Amino acid sequence: MNDALLSVQDLRVYFRGRDTLARAVDGIRFDIRPGETVCLVGESGCGKTVSALTVLRLIPCPPGDIAGGKVIFKGINLLGLKETDMQKVRGNQIAMVFQEPLTSLNPVFTIGDQIGEAITVHEAVEPDVLRERCIQLLKDIGIPSPEHRLKDYPHQLSGGQRQRVMIAMALACNPDLIIADEPTTALDVTVQAQILNLMRFIQDGGAMSVLYITHDLGVVANIADRVYVMYAGIIVEQGDTPEVFHNPRHPYTQGLLASLPSRSRRGDRLHSIPGAVPNPAYKPSGCPFHPRCSLAVATCTTRFPEMVDHGRGHLSRCPVTRA
Amino acid sequence: MNRITLRVEGLKKYFPVQRGFFQRVAGWVKAVDGISFAIEKGKTLGLVGESGCGKSTVARVILRLLEPDAGKLTYKGQDITFLSRREMKDLRREMQIVFQDPFGSLNPRMTIGQTIEEGLRGMSLSKEERQERRDRLLEMVGLSAATADRYPHEFSGGQRQRVGVARALSVDPSLIICDEPVSALDVSIQAQIINLLEDLQDRLGLSYLFISHDLNVVGYLSDRVAVMYLGQIMEYAETETLFENPLHPYSMALLSAVPTAEPGAMRKLKPLGGDVPSPLDPPPGCKFQARCPHVEARCRKEAIDLYPVGRNHRVRCWKVGES
Repeated sequence: MNDALLSVQDLRVYFRGRDTLARAVDGIRFDIRPGETVCLVGESGCGKTVSALTVLRLIPCPPGDIAGGKVIFKGINLLGLKETDMQKVRGNQIAMVFQEPLTSLNPVFTIGDQIGEAITVHEAVEPDVLRERCIQLLKDIGIPSPEHRLKDYPHQLSGGQRQRVMIAMALACNPDLIIADEPTTALDVTVQAQILNLMRFIQDGGAMSVLYITHDLGVVANIADRVYVMYAGIIVEQGDTPEVFHNPRHPYTQGLLASLPSRSRRGDRLHSIPGAVPNPAYKPSGCPFHPRCSLAVATCTTRFPEMVDHGRGHLSRCPVTRA
Repeated sequence: MNRITLRVEGLKKYFPVQRGFFQRVAGWVKAVDGISFAIEKGKTLGLVGESGCGKSTVARVILRLLEPDAGKLTYKGQDITFLSRREMKDLRREMQIVFQDPFGSLNPRMTIGQTIEEGLRGMSLSKEERQERRDRLLEMVGLSAATADRYPHEFSGGQRQRVGVARALSVDPSLIICDEPVSALDVSIQAQIINLLEDLQDRLGLSYLFISHDLNVVGYLSDRVAVMYLGQIMEYAETETLFENPLHPYSMALLSAVPTAEPGAMRKLKPLGGDVPSPLDPPPGCKFQARCPHVEARCRKEAIDLYPVGRNHRVRCWKVGES
C-alpha cells in the first residue's frame, strides 16, 4: 500500500529461552494509513503487544530477536535505524500510550515536568512557552484547572486522569501515529467511555493515525476503522470493521464473536471455542488454530494456510471456511 | 419460606481510617451503606458496579468473613446475622464462593485433588467415598479425573477457575457467590466458564450472587440485577427491565458506557463526567451527586430512599420516584 504511513511486512519476533524458542510474532503484515484507527485484536499471548512494541523497537534484544521483516514508517525501515535516530522517532513522530498509567508515569516528578519533558527531549522551547503548551495540552484532553494540575504528582490523580496525562504526553509533539496498548483495560467502564471518546475527539478531522491494541471486541467495534485479528503470532483475519464483525470468515473470529455474552443472548448457550491458546514455544504444525477448529481437515495439520481474499480489503487465513 | 435462599436487609460495613501516632479514628470508609436484596432458589442476582462500590465487601459480609456493622442476613428463613462461629460452621457448607483470581485462590502446594477434597474432610465419608466424589466433581466441571494429582501451576487460568468451581461445589452448597469469576480470563475461556456455571445451576438448582463490573456477562447470566455505587444500591430490577428501561442516571450512564460488539453503534449519549469517587467520608445526600447530570440542591441535603417504580423495580432517586 503506497499511501501507508506505517507498513509492517513479514515481521517475526522470537524470544530465545535456554531450550525453547517462543515465536511470539510469526510473520505478520499490516498497514496504517494517515488518519486511520487500526486495531490489533486478540487474546493473551497472540503477539499483539510484542508487535506494537517492536514498531518502536522497545523489545529488549536479547532475549528478544527480530528475526525478520521490515517496519516501514514514512518510507524508512525503522528496524535499520541507529538507536540515536530511533530516539528522534519515539515520542516525536510515533508516540505510545501504555496500559498501566500508574507504572508508566514517574512518581517523583510532577505532571508538568513529565509533559514538559516529552516536549523538550525533542524541541528547544523557552520555559514560559513550554508552560503554555503544557496547559493547552491538559485543556485539550479535558483536565479541569490545568494551571493547577501542573504541580500535581501522579499519585494525586485518579486512574482516568493519569491516562489522560499519558495521552497528553503522547500528543505533545504532534505525532503522526499513536500506538495505544490496552489503554483502558485497567480503568472502570465509565472512565473507559470518556477515554474512548477522547481518542476519537483528538483524531477528528486530523491526519493523526492510531494503532490500538486490545482484547475487547466491543472497543474495536466502537473505534476502529479497520481491524486485524491475531492468533498465536499470526494475523488470521483483517478488513473494515463492519465487514469483519458482520461477515467473519475465519473460524477463530467467528468463534470469538459467537462467544461474547450479552443480554440479548440470554437463554441461548454461548458458543465456546474448546481448548486454549497455544504456548508460543510449542505451536501446532500447519495452521496454529487447527486443534481447536471445528472445520479442520487433514491439510490444516500440515500446511500453513495462505490468506484468502474476499474483496474490499477483507482477507482471512483459512481455505476451508464456509462462506 | 424456602423460596428465598438469601435475604439481605440494611447491610452496613464501615471501615475506620486511623491516623496519627495514637491511631485515632479520623474518618470512615462506608464500604457498604445500607444494602438490601433477595436471591430466590435457583436464580441469579447480578451485583454490578465499578471499583470501590463495595460489591466484594458485600460478598465477604454475607459469608461472615467480615462482621456486619448493621443489618440482617436471613438464609433459608433463618436469621444468621448473629450466629456464633460454631453455629456458622455448619452453614458455611451451604454458602460457597468462587474468586476472581484463578492464580491466587488455589494453594500452590496442594494438588487440585487435595484442594477439592479439603472441604469433604468435615463430612463423614470414607477415603474411597471422598475420592469418588472428587473424581465426579472434576468430571462435572469438565476436567479429567486423572488430573487430580497435578498442582495448580500445571493448569491454565480457565482450568484453575474450573477447579475453584469444583471446590465450591464439593460441599453441596445452595448458594454460590461468584466474585468476578471470569474477569481475569480470555474471552473464549470466559464463555466456557459461563456455560459451566449455567449448566450447574440448571442441574443442581443453585442460587448465585454474581458480582461483576462487566454488564454484558451480568446481563447474560442474571435474573435480577442490583446496580451499586459507593456502597448503596442505586437501582434494582429484573434484568430485562434494567437493560430496556434503566431509570437511575448512574444505571443509564453505565449501560451506555459499555461498548458492544456492534460496529456503528457509536455512543450517542455523553459519557459520565468525573471519576469514580472514593468511599471515604462521602458528603451528605445522594452518593451520586458529584457526577449526576440532573443534580439539584435537594440531592445534596437529604439521604435518598429506594423508591418502587414498577413491578420489582426500585430506584434510588427522588426525581424518578416522585414523578
